[in-house]
Amino acid sequence: MSYRVGQQVRVAERSHDGHHRTPSYIKGKIGRVERAHASFTNPETRAYGRDGLPEKELYLVGFAYDDVWPDHRGGRDRIYADVFEHWLEETA
Amino acid sequence: MRHHDHDHPHEPVAADEPPAGARARALEELLVEKGAIDRDDVRHRIDWLVSRSPADGARLVARAWVDPAFKERLLVDARAAALEVGLDPGPSPLVVALENTDAVHHVVVCTLCSCYPKALLGPPPDWYKSLPYRSRVVSDPRGVLGEFGLTLDEDVEVRVVDSTADVRYLVIPRRPGGTEGMREEELAALVTRDSMIGVSRAGPPLMFKS
Repeated sequence: MSYRVGQQVRVAERSHDGHHRTPSYIKGKIGRVERAHASFTNPETRAYGRDGLPEKELYLVGFAYDDVWPDHRGGRDRIYADVFEHWLEETA
Repeated sequence: MRHHDHDHPHEPVAADEPPAGARARALEELLVEKGAIDRDDVRHRIDWLVSRSPADGARLVARAWVDPAFKERLLVDARAAALEVGLDPGPSPLVVALENTDAVHHVVVCTLCSCYPKALLGPPPDWYKSLPYRSRVVSDPRGVLGEFGLTLDEDVEVRVVDSTADVRYLVIPRRPGGTEGMREEELAALVTRDSMIGVSRAGPPLMFKS
């Protein structure tokens, strides 16, 4: 699944045993694709001595602070994180 | 560690060695013993790391301040821009420069570990790797920036960038006012490590010459 810059996406809300690079504070949150970086080997398999193939697309996803940390002060502030494609979902 | 029945020589574990240090040393010895790495690799990597400093990143920023066309290239592809001025951008395939303006202020963190553009900034400061910075700057960025002495107006958009994967991020701080006549080399001295992480502004350098 690939996504375009500006598209609204949801970060999958699932647990994952073992190494992965999706921080828990954005799981289940809705954000916007800010950059489509490139594809990279998958750290979830590379961490265990495998080749990390097939490569996964990596996106910079931006979230409104209010959606991630409800008691945050500073209304327009945003938080960005790099998220691999298989952790993203289309929103309705 | 009283029982010690393998037969290779090494330094005894010292009582005052920090656990993380002892673990790293044990891992290194095991990897050497297994033939996965050799000691020269380790020394070579450490030499590489300590040969890097924020002065490298500062050269990029100062060039961007005086040369708008270079700044555009830096924003499009920071790795290529570093190579253009003869800097080694490091092993990361993607280095992204983020420009701070009067409307947007970027600050970089790696909540999952301590990803950092080491090739351009040198070894990361200890606080960057610490749990308090990594956990608090994402939940309360303005509070943490305040502790660094940086207070931003409410109408400035703070953007916390969590470098969770393969990309390394470098902040281009705002050029300080009153520096219009300065040469590129003089400007580079204003570009501090912390300003390229985004926890401070570029500012006047401390001088202890007199």
